[in-house]
Amino acid sequence: MMPLLTTKGLSRSFGGLRAVDGVDFALMPGEIRAVIGPNGAGKTTFVSLVSGRIQPSSGTIVFDGADITNLPAYARVRLGIAYTFQITSVFANLSAYDNVALPVQRTLTDGRSKGAVHTGVMAALERTGLADRAQMPAGQLSYGHQRLLEVAMGLALKPRLLILDEPTQGLADSEIDNFIELVREIADSATVLLIEHNMPVVMQLADRITVFNAGRILAEGTPEQIRANAAVQDAYLGTTHG
Amino acid sequence: MKDASPAKPYALHLGVIALLFTLSFVLPEYHHGLLARIMVLAVFAMGYNLLFGYVGLLSLGHAMFFSAGLYGAGLAVIHLGWSVPAAFAAGFACGALLALVIGLLALRTSGVAFMIVTMMFAQVFYLVILYLAAWTGGDQGMVVPQPMRVLVLGSTSLDLTNPTVRYMSALTLFSIVLLISLAIVRSGYGRVLVAIRENEERTKMLGYDTFSNKLAAVVISGSICAASGAAYALLFGYVGSSFASVQYSILPLLWVLLGGAATTLGPLIGTLFMYYVIDVASGYTSAYLLIVGIALILLVLFFPRGILGSIRQRWLGWLP
Repeated sequence: MMPLLTTKGLSRSFGGLRAVDGVDFALMPGEIRAVIGPNGAGKTTFVSLVSGRIQPSSGTIVFDGADITNLPAYARVRLGIAYTFQITSVFANLSAYDNVALPVQRTLTDGRSKGAVHTGVMAALERTGLADRAQMPAGQLSYGHQRLLEVAMGLALKPRLLILDEPTQGLADSEIDNFIELVREIADSATVLLIEHNMPVVMQLADRITVFNAGRILAEGTPEQIRANAAVQDAYLGTTHG
Repeated sequence: MKDASPAKPYALHLGVIALLFTLSFVLPEYHHGLLARIMVLAVFAMGYNLLFGYVGLLSLGHAMFFSAGLYGAGLAVIHLGWSVPAAFAAGFACGALLALVIGLLALRTSGVAFMIVTMMFAQVFYLVILYLAAWTGGDQGMVVPQPMRVLVLGSTSLDLTNPTVRYMSALTLFSIVLLISLAIVRSGYGRVLVAIRENEERTKMLGYDTFSNKLAAVVISGSICAASGAAYALLFGYVGSSFASVQYSILPLLWVLLGGAATTLGPLIGTLFMYYVIDVASGYTSAYLLIVGIALILLVLFFPRGILGSIRQRWLGWLP
């Protein structure tokens, strides 16, 4: 099977800091991949390079067989790479409905009839449990609901690859359980790349885990392999052997 | 922008148009003439509002789009002897083309730089008008002769210098532009424009080419302002360089701020309010600009979102 996404020698420096340093990465269609690593390991920079929010210093990115290294971010979104932000950045002054209508009308090709937009918006809001709050300004939603709205916007883009950057940050435990269900549902129709600090969430969701450290990939494998990996435990879990 | 029923906003806008139509038959002559002028200038303000209110791009050069329409239509009539519809189309086309070129250049910048770049282009435009005095009349401007200002439609000919014809022509243009604005604002495209104003980076990450969307907005805005300028030349018969000066770039900004940025009817309210404050104040004192200044300060203090913007915020959330 051909990978959906591959990067070759992908690097990005900020001044003297090599935030992402020669990363070779491959992601298979349909999998849920978690990216973990200590703070400053380069996880967010890596997914920002994939989504096109920042440009690489060197290396190439291939999505579905096509080189997308030089494509602007909006064009990558149109190819099916959706990114949900680490820091919630919904349109605070627009209603939840309008927030979701923006990606919905983008993906419609049937002349953007109002009825089709409405159906798409309500479907995305219902899937994330926000339908009864459709007319509320997004800025007045609770933090957890804003995170869900962020996911609804990503879903509405009908992505082939959905990048979730620390989606459970700031969520209550009860909200996290629902969230795990939601990501499983999403994975039926899309490949998911998940940056996450919450280990129980990672262990429950991920098919495979990639561990970053100091801008490089330290290890990659199934949750069991990663749990048993001594190097990972040293770098990330802080366990000492001795 | 809400997905509420569309009936209310359309009823309100059609009501405003009906009210303006009725006023034509009851207003005394002086106010009748003033209101015709206000409606044409409110079109200018509506064009400005589309870019400033909805997209959040503050241009300080919109006088050039207004005067592109003004001179485009005026020069076509005076020097080429074109008919009224052809001259109007010429003015409109000049504005649209100018907006496309200026948009391509100025949208490479944003924020304060965008303000400065648009202002500089407008100054260049102003100076070119003065420089080409042989054709433009320089700082004296030109008067469009009355016999040229006749709209021939089939067998009927309408004299645009007739007050009623002039009023109805102004109202027609105003109504068309008002309904177009309302349709744009309520469309998916309008939603994208607001999204760009609120958070351009985020809008890009939803797959929108924000540059193209902003460029389209500049062209639509510039074309509406040019339509206003062309109508002004043909209805009021004066084509003057003062309309290209920086003052006429600031005025639409003031009208829109007063009436309420990002409201469809705000430009009309703001233009109307400003004209009548000046009109009433100048009846009492020669220092009327002082009174205008005080009125502006009070408005900014108590209605920071403009008249309609504050009404929408406090009472009528459904206003478009």
